[in-house]
This record gives sequence, C-alpha cells and structure tokens, in this order.
Amino acid sequence: MESEILKIENLNAYYFDNHALKDINLKIPKNKVTAIMGPSGCGKTTLIRCINRLHELSPGARVTGKIFLQDKNIYEMEPMVVRRKIGMVFQKPNPFPTMSIYKNVLSGYNLNGIRLSKEEEEKIVEETLRKVGLWDEVKDSLHKRGTFLSGGQQQRLCIARAIALYPDVLLMDEPTSALDPISAAKIEELILKLKENYTVVIVTHNLQQASRISDYTAFLLLGELIEFDKTEKIFTAPSDPRTENYLLGKFG
Amino acid sequence: MERKIYIRILKDRLFKIFIILFSFLSTLPLFFILFHLIKNGISSLSFEFLFNLPKPVGEKGGGIANAIVGTFILILVSSFLSIPIGVSAGIYLSENKNKKLSNVVSMLVDILQGVPSIVLGIIAYLWVVRPMGRFSALSGGVALAIMMLPVIIKSTEETINLIPESLKEASLSLGVPYYKTFLLVILPAGLSGVLTGILLGISRIAGETAPLLFTAFGNPYMNLNIFKPIESLPHLIYNYAKSPFPEWHQKAWAASFILILIVFTLNILSKLVVKRWKVRF
Repeated sequence: MESEILKIENLNAYYFDNHALKDINLKIPKNKVTAIMGPSGCGKTTLIRCINRLHELSPGARVTGKIFLQDKNIYEMEPMVVRRKIGMVFQKPNPFPTMSIYKNVLSGYNLNGIRLSKEEEEKIVEETLRKVGLWDEVKDSLHKRGTFLSGGQQQRLCIARAIALYPDVLLMDEPTSALDPISAAKIEELILKLKENYTVVIVTHNLQQASRISDYTAFLLLGELIEFDKTEKIFTAPSDPRTENYLLGKFG
Repeated sequence: MERKIYIRILKDRLFKIFIILFSFLSTLPLFFILFHLIKNGISSLSFEFLFNLPKPVGEKGGGIANAIVGTFILILVSSFLSIPIGVSAGIYLSENKNKKLSNVVSMLVDILQGVPSIVLGIIAYLWVVRPMGRFSALSGGVALAIMMLPVIIKSTEETINLIPESLKEASLSLGVPYYKTFLLVILPAGLSGVLTGILLGISRIAGETAPLLFTAFGNPYMNLNIFKPIESLPHLIYNYAKSPFPEWHQKAWAASFILILIVFTLNILSKLVVKRWKVRF
C-alpha cells in the first residue's frame, strides 16, 4: 500500500450508551479517494466526524482510541489545529449566508484572524475557485452573497472554502446527496481532480458513486469495519459475505 | 339534504363575518386612543413644546424637552446594561438545551417576565438608590434593564434556535474557535432577530412609569448626568395628569402623543430591520 496519511487505531465512539463505532482500525492512503460506505446508521458519518473532532461536540459523545495524522495523535492536539489540517464538506451546502462568495472562500483565513495582503487574497480566491471549477461561473459576481448560487454551485463553493486552507485531508459527508444528478456529476469529477493535491475521505450511501470515484473502500456495518480494500477488489471479489450481500442489495 | 347544505353555508358565512368583526374590534381601542390624543394634544403640540423646558403653572408656553431627552437617556442606559447580558444569556440557553442550569435559567427568565414593574422599581431602589444615597437616571436604567432582559433573552434564544446547526459546524470545521464562530458567524446570521428583540424590549420599557417613580424620580430641569434624577415622558405624563391644572392636562395629552409616536416608530423600525437584515440560508 502507498504511504498513509491517516491511521486510525482501536477507535470507539459513543453517544451516551450507544456504542456507535467498535474498534475501528483503518489506514487511509495519501492522495487517494477513500470511500466509506454502509447502510444508514452504521456509523459512517460518526467515523469521519471523529477524524476532525466534530463528533465530540454532539451531546453525550465520547471517544476512545487513537487517530494519527502523519505521526501525531489528533486526540492529543488542539481540536482547532486538527480542524485546520482536516477540512470538511457537509451533506447540505452551507455557505456562510452573511458573506459574499469572495469572503466565503477566504473565511477560513478571516475567521481565524490570519491576515492576508490584497494580492494574496485575490490569488487564493481565483486559484481555489478555478480548482473547483467555479471561477468562470462567478468571476463577475464575486461580491454577491454565496447563498444566491444554485445548490451545486454552493456545494462547490463549500469545497473551495475547505480547500482554500490547504488541508492535508478533505472529509466529505455525502456531498452529493442533496444535489441534482448533473451537479452531483460535476462534484464527482471535481473529487477525482482534487486527489492530485489532497487526500479525500468520502462518506456515501451511493454504491455506484463509491465504485466510480474511490480508490479504496471501507464497508461499515452496525459500527464495525467489515472490510477495507481496493475499491476494485471490494466490488468484484469481496472477502466477507456480508459485503457481498450488501452489494447485491440484500439489505441496507 | 338541500336544506342542510344551505344551513352549513350560512354557518360558514356567519363564522367569517364574526372573525372579521372581532379582528376589527380589536383594533378599535388604538384608533380611539389616537383620536383622543390628537384631539386633546394637538393644541399644545408645537416646535416650542418639543424643544423647551417646562414652565411653572400660570406661565404661558413651556415644553417637555427634558422628558424627551430623559427618556432617551434612560433607554440608552438600560440598553447598555441589558443587551450584553440578555444576548449572552439567550446564546447560552439556545446552546445548552435540556441541561439543568439552562432549564433553571429559562424558568427564572419566564418568572422575571411576570414580575410587576413596580416591584422592579423597588428592587432598583434597594440596589442602587439606597447605596448611592440619591435618585438617579442610573437606578431607573437598572429597573428598566431588568424589565427588558426577558424580552431580549427570549428573542435571542429563539433566533439562534432557528439558525441551522450546519452553519456552526461549517465554521468550527475550519478550525475557527467557538467564540469567533458565535460572534462572527452565528450572531450576524441572526442579527435581524436579535435586533428586533432589542427594539421590542425598548418599546416595552419606553412607556413604563412605575419602575421610575422612586428611581429616576423626575426632574423639571434638563439633566444629562446619569447619576442625578432625570425626567421621563411617562413620569411627566403621570405628574401632569394628576395635577389640578387644565393646561397641564393638555400637555399630558400632547406628551402622550409624543410617547406613542416614539413607540410606534420603534415598532416600524423593527419591521424594517427584519426586512433589511433577513438572511437567506
């Protein structure tokens, strides 16, 4: 396997008494797209929310185990530092409604009090919006509010906002499930492009999506990691019968 | 069968007529009030009335400038005291639902809303007037601030409840600290609601007399010092209305008109604020 950027060791997550993730061990390779799939309620979202430490903000949440980003255990780092290195894109597009498109892209800098010169700002905005394929669509309305864009454009703006901070890892929580098929296809294309510079971990309940865009796939069931392997292998010759049953649509 | 349907249609009509009639009835008092105020007060209303100080009985002219300025100073003092506390408490309540402390706070806020305003006046008297040894605008502001608090707390809480959780997570996921997330992302998104709450709180206290009787006390002269007694519109109306002089009665009417105008303006302003700063998610 290629060099790994994230290493999850014996991760357990709880909501009050509910044991949501059980002894997860996972190595996520660098500059690849890793998909996490599984039926509803299997803990996919909880898993990626553990990776940027958003999980612990939910009521009753508890975590044991370790997650290493490169060689540092993120549970021994400040959550704010972790979240700057590990970006996240959510299920529903959520650009900041009070900010313009321009400010949305820069929000990671502005809200964190990082000062940039005008040239640096403009460079980051243009470069990032080009990366997400939004530049040509919005270059004349950079100072309009981001909420006036279409759903798919908003989601690409949210991706721009996350990658503007040059994170090591980009987490995506079902980023296309609230979008129409054409916008979803654009986002998928974008994800394939993003892996040149970023490591992407994407949660999806859409099997076709996982097979189309990911290099590696993890299959979660009832909080347990059933199987993790190259996507090709998972979809053609899974080693666990439960994976096969899931792929055949016998449950989930 | 035919007959029955006819009766149903009739009942329908009657019901509609009743609700229209009663909703119209509920607006009648306001029209009466405005009519009376204008009829009785218009003769005293003048440029001079707004910008001059009161004159002793018997002397012609004189105005209520001290009361208008006093009311605005009281509003400023009470806003200054209650807005930071109220907004913070509202944020706390919406962020900590179903926790013991927040449930207790929420219940106490509800009770505070029901405390008679004269009692708040007594409290401010004990807390501020007695230790300071004199009546003051500050003590009146304290009494009014306590009255404003529940309105601001509740409206802030409800506003923030309506802001999607995903917005907060978006900010946190960029590594933004919690306090900045709140001050720079959540509060701006809820600005219209919070401002509306503040304006409604102000319009609630602008007409209060009881809490001012033994705190701000009243003052026939212009006063800009918050550590000295100060006049206010409701207090002036109260004094003038209970006096035996007909010309003072007329001034009380005119002052009432001004007071209603101020409250009316605040209400319209709050509607405009909602329109102007409404945020689309």
